[in-house]
Amino acid sequence: MPIFQIIRQIVRTGFKTEAPPLPDEALRAEPQRLHGEILRAFGGALSIRQVDAGSCNGCELEIRALNNAYYNIEGLGIKFVASPRHADMLLVTGPVSRHMETALKRAYDATPEPKLVVAVGDCGCDGGIFGESYASCGKVSSVIPVDVVVSGCPPTPVAILQGILTAVSAQKGTSASP
Amino acid sequence: MPITHPNLHLNRLDGAIPAWLGEISPDDLLPICQNVSDGGGRLLALWGSDVRDQGNGFALHVSLVNEAGLICLSMALDTAQPVYPDISRIFPAVARMQRAAYDLLGIYAQESQDHRKWIRHGAWHGFPLRKDFVNHQTHPHPNLPPMPSHQSSPASGRGGEREMQSSIPEGEGTMARSPAENVDQPLDAYPFVRVEGQGVHEIPVGPIHAGIIEPGHFRFSVVGERVLRLEERLGYTHKGIEKRFESLTLQQGARLAGRVSGDSTVAYAWAYAMAAESIAAVTPPERALWLRALLLERERIANHLGDLGDLGNDVALSFGFAQFWILKEQVLRNNAALFGHRYLMDKIVPGGVAVDLTAFGKSTLRDECTMLEREVRVLRGIYEEHAGVQDRFIATGRVEPKLAAQLGLCGLAGRASAQAWDARVQFACAPYDRLDVRMATYRNGDVAARAIVRFDELFESLRLQREIMDRLVHGDAATEMLEKLPGNGFGVGMVEGWRGEVLVAIHTDATGRFARVHPHDPSWQNWPVLEHAIMGNIVPDFPLINKSFNLSYSGQDL
Ligand code: SF4
Repeated sequence: MPIFQIIRQIVRTGFKTEAPPLPDEALRAEPQRLHGEILRAFGGALSIRQVDAGSCNGCELEIRALNNAYYNIEGLGIKFVASPRHADMLLVTGPVSRHMETALKRAYDATPEPKLVVAVGDCGCDGGIFGESYASCGKVSSVIPVDVVVSGCPPTPVAILQGILTAVSAQKGTSASP
Repeated sequence: MPITHPNLHLNRLDGAIPAWLGEISPDDLLPICQNVSDGGGRLLALWGSDVRDQGNGFALHVSLVNEAGLICLSMALDTAQPVYPDISRIFPAVARMQRAAYDLLGIYAQESQDHRKWIRHGAWHGFPLRKDFVNHQTHPHPNLPPMPSHQSSPASGRGGEREMQSSIPEGEGTMARSPAENVDQPLDAYPFVRVEGQGVHEIPVGPIHAGIIEPGHFRFSVVGERVLRLEERLGYTHKGIEKRFESLTLQQGARLAGRVSGDSTVAYAWAYAMAAESIAAVTPPERALWLRALLLERERIANHLGDLGDLGNDVALSFGFAQFWILKEQVLRNNAALFGHRYLMDKIVPGGVAVDLTAFGKSTLRDECTMLEREVRVLRGIYEEHAGVQDRFIATGRVEPKLAAQLGLCGLAGRASAQAWDARVQFACAPYDRLDVRMATYRNGDVAARAIVRFDELFESLRLQREIMDRLVHGDAATEMLEKLPGNGFGVGMVEGWRGEVLVAIHTDATGRFARVHPHDPSWQNWPVLEHAIMGNIVPDFPLINKSFNLSYSGQDL
């Protein structure tokens, strides 16, 4: 019966992650520290609306990785929500394509105050390799106000978590560790 | 010769894959396409270029493929009337490519049934790929009316329905036409095909979707929960990649090629390098070729692991998601540790590779192989025996082999519908010519078949990874950097990425700089087939069916 197999597999995987290989240690400690800080800063409930405003989809890969067991973003009480109306934060990737400019502005307008915007990736920070052109508005802040930018191409999940924390702590008036 | 035709003279191109180039007159395009199609061949890509500075008007380029190799056709088009015969009757997949060629270059297919814009939504005037186009030419957006009220989700409470919720409905006709826009349609208006009938209603979704996925617009015509028709509208992530190439050097272009579709960065970087090496008539060192194949298989492994987890998630088996994404994360971490980038971006460069593999690296990857083989075998057993999974996978989103052949379905989705094409098999470039890749094909064409192809290919890639490490030849330098390309050259590269065939074509000008670079994603072929795959299924199954194809928006929007 699959259910027994499933339980067996969960048990096996559980043991495996408790004895991580050495290079994992730094990466593992980092999310845990960040987890603690986000919990302190935001009381354990943060709703994020992710908006791909024209990325190459590389940044989305890393944002999605935040849901895996290593980063376990949901365990922090951070949820990705379907509507900007329920969001505390917009997590925006890409150079903003001119074709997404309107949709991004509308998503921003629909997000209730106080709202946070984190621009993810080199493209979101400064247009990246795509720059500004007939088709690209470049960086996210040329379209909507941005609180925090996370550089990297794509930034690692840890860097994205850090960016989220920085935005949250700044809003709450607590200090984020670098 | 891959084909013969009285008016066709083909020249073999240098390079890793069998490819030919022929100049034809537009009048010969239809018969040649028919000839290739009759022989079981397919269309890979269509693009245009502006060669007026060489006194030649515009040019149309068509890339066909049959068992012998790639057939690249170029034809001159008139400057004042840049028209060519519509070939979508032979190759339906080309219809959107023809529309895009009009949007970007202003060349058009005569007698085509569909002249709607595809890539261009109205954010700019003129044709960006014309050499006299001013790159920052844009027009201000019309003032937007307030956002329409929130559309309710059509999906019931089943797993994975979140993607269906339309948070930003793109209401047709919700925008006022500004007088200045009598030529261009406002950004939002697009003449979707309407389905008339009792009880039929439309569900618009997007461009922003509920999940963490790329933007695009889907319009469903449904009766009750059943989908009568789906019409896609893409182009939202168009960011001017092709125009951008023209201002870059060969090395900078490699970075851009690796960002056409981030999930396929290795495949694009290799296809780009292959095209450049074809023009320059150089062959990278043996060791570099083996390392390229290693990176390409690792890209396939990571993506297939992620997709299999997502497919589990979409049928409420969150255990599957958790397990597969742990495995994927381990692959990504090994990539970072051994090659310096989790997704292996910028590791393949024209002339070779920018990585090497140490003895320590080899042993890490061998351990990883053993671990993955063991874990994925267990997970496969669970997926295959899990009644809920099988119930949702089997017969869902079916594409019959006949329809797949007719529409040109390619890549892993094609192989799940009996389309036995895999560039690593048919056009095995080094080192695949020594690896004997086993192709995975199935006939059912449903979500289950697309999952099984992924399982099979995952195991095959693990086997290949081992074999590559066993046979990785020693060499001093992994890279002989290619600095510059010869003038007036044309080269093409094709690589079987995890999703399907990725093609990159490069044209150089008299000085060896880029005159035109065209990257082609297999998603061009497969997006239209998704519209058929959903027909007759229920709306809540769309996220699952969509995920089973997992197509690239960025790769086709460019
Ligand atoms: S920052 Fe890099 S990974 Fe992210 S969208 Fe831009 S090119 Fe892609």
